[in-house]
Amino acid sequence: MSVTKRIEDLSEHYTGLYEENIERIKAGLPDVVNDYREECLKNFEKLGIPNDRHEDYRYTNIQPFLKGTFEFNFSHKDTGMQLEDIFQCEVSALETYSVFVINGWYSAKNKIADSLPEGVYFGSFAKAVEKYPELFEKYYGKAALTERDGFAALNGMFAQDGVFIYVPKGVVLDKPLQIVNIMTGDNDLTSFQRNLVVMEENSQAKVLVCDHTLTASKFVVNSVTEIFAGENVNFEYYTLENQHNLTTQVAGIFVEQKDSSTVMTNNLTLHAGTLRNNVFYKLDGEHCESHLYGLYLSDKNQHVDNFTFIDHAKPNCTSTELFKGVLDDRATGAFTGRVLVRKDSQNTNAYQSNNNILLTDLARISTRPQLEIYADDVKCSHGATIGQLDDEAMFYLRSRGISKEEARVLLMYAFAYEVLDKISVNALRDQIRDLVEKRFRGEYDKCDFCVVCAESPNPLSCF
Amino acid sequence: MLEIKNLHASIEDKEILRGINLKVKPGEIHAIMGPNGSGKSTLASVLTGNEKFKVVEGEVLFNGKNLLELSPEDRAREGIFLSFQYPVEIPGVSMVNFMRTALNEHRKYNGLEPLSASEFLKLMREKKKLVEIDSNLTNRSVNEGFSGGEKKKNEIFQMAMLEPKLAILDETDSGLDIDALRIVANGVNKLKRPDNAVIVITHYQRLLDYIVPDFVHVLYQGRIVKSAGKELALELEEKGYDWIKKEQE
Repeated sequence: MSVTKRIEDLSEHYTGLYEENIERIKAGLPDVVNDYREECLKNFEKLGIPNDRHEDYRYTNIQPFLKGTFEFNFSHKDTGMQLEDIFQCEVSALETYSVFVINGWYSAKNKIADSLPEGVYFGSFAKAVEKYPELFEKYYGKAALTERDGFAALNGMFAQDGVFIYVPKGVVLDKPLQIVNIMTGDNDLTSFQRNLVVMEENSQAKVLVCDHTLTASKFVVNSVTEIFAGENVNFEYYTLENQHNLTTQVAGIFVEQKDSSTVMTNNLTLHAGTLRNNVFYKLDGEHCESHLYGLYLSDKNQHVDNFTFIDHAKPNCTSTELFKGVLDDRATGAFTGRVLVRKDSQNTNAYQSNNNILLTDLARISTRPQLEIYADDVKCSHGATIGQLDDEAMFYLRSRGISKEEARVLLMYAFAYEVLDKISVNALRDQIRDLVEKRFRGEYDKCDFCVVCAESPNPLSCF
Repeated sequence: MLEIKNLHASIEDKEILRGINLKVKPGEIHAIMGPNGSGKSTLASVLTGNEKFKVVEGEVLFNGKNLLELSPEDRAREGIFLSFQYPVEIPGVSMVNFMRTALNEHRKYNGLEPLSASEFLKLMREKKKLVEIDSNLTNRSVNEGFSGGEKKKNEIFQMAMLEPKLAILDETDSGLDIDALRIVANGVNKLKRPDNAVIVITHYQRLLDYIVPDFVHVLYQGRIVKSAGKELALELEEKGYDWIKKEQE
């Protein structure tokens, strides 16, 4: 069942939409999910949709992008799309277990390979709630900071589906899990996707999320992913944003780590309209390692804002953060690196760096490290740079006969390389390297195909 | 091959070159010497098209073409090569990718097909051997983490790959120990042919023991104030530059 509603007065209209459709939204889902909605509603009523007067959203005012007439799907809707027709992964080297999520709903056409290791769940969030009541009771809504972030609260109110990943104790996944998120349809549409990842102790997995838009409609995507990493877990989470310029996405990733776990998130933004990544880590165990990486390549009037928050809640943990951006035309961007080292979190190491290249006078980036340190035995560093391509390197390349355009591509690529190098899946790294190079060459102006797989047969120009 | 006529160039309104005249024919080796700040490196930069410098007067012909009208990359494709005094480190750009791109752009300019990966790697092996460059250099990013000597050897290796008609060696001897100096000089000598030419810019006679010039020019205050055969270098080594400075006063 889909509903169309005009959204102008944001808080009021969202709340109204919720109350009008409460039966539909709650249908088929247990209390653990539905009770949480009420809690989120209370928080949302307090917080509303943040604008740029909110400190966390100072450089990104999402409000104007949310206004308009949008369709909301409150039940699974068959788009009639043949998944195989759209996405045919030609990269045999990149073998993954993959699923599709269409307009925020786990596709009923997904087939999960039998070869998934025993006990592992990789599938619909809505179905999983029935199957794993205890896990949901224990984890659902426990990491997302709905008291702090209005978007997370809003997601909690409306979310009905998405992907649930459960990897039991000691299981090591042999292949990456791939989630392909597709936004499609003739009407402007708002979606609320919810993902939950539970990694039990000593398990390992790598997840790749690809975000796409297939039609020229305006999309508003509000997604929340909660990740729980138990003791000794090794988990990697890559997001590849590849959406057209009419898309507005607020993606919250909330990570909680237990003792000796290692979690890496890498937000690779190749193409986006207005994008806000909220990456929150709570290091709730000792000897944790957290790696937050990101790369954003923007042009035209795109806007990418990476907001990160690392809560060093326990001693003896290390976090490293590296975000790099190349901004062309009138693109704007922002980076915030908030690090909180609590009073008893001695022996904390936290390293942060954000480097940017502005290719034009009109491109703009705001970067701010925010370190809040209450322990006294810590090593914390931060650095932010904003610059242009190195003239001397440019001349050096040109003096060898390399054209100015080619030299530019080589230097931009060299700049981005450091983040790409952090991708531990070789096939994925090679694939993304090629895409980044194409993006820099301007050969990659299409935004409707899976960056990891093949081109789609229905090309759509960018806006 | 190269004809420089009354070349004046400045940086930030400060005139550095103040009327250079020089002719270089195929097969010749010219040494340009002179005290610090006389304009030697500026000359190299201007000839290769560094946009930091502005040519205010004069003309440079290279094989009949007006060099000053060409972009740096076209000058390179026409056959001019500069061995940098301070080669630039470019992390993230691999030597292989760099050289392959450069070589294929040269080939395209000359109407040739690009080399295949295997042809390219074969050529690279040959040239590495020729200039006695350590094989592992080529697996790294351009000059990144190279020692001073490695950087200079890498310049000569690039020269071997691109086979320029005119090579300008800007203080290629600075920062080299005697063994590295010999390797670099041997490389240059091996690449010498009757149809190409070399301009060696140096402070010291030392390099000229290995790369023997046909002509030695002294650059002082932006002009060539003395030109002679290779014996001039020995005289400078012995007497320094003071007598030349005095002559000019």
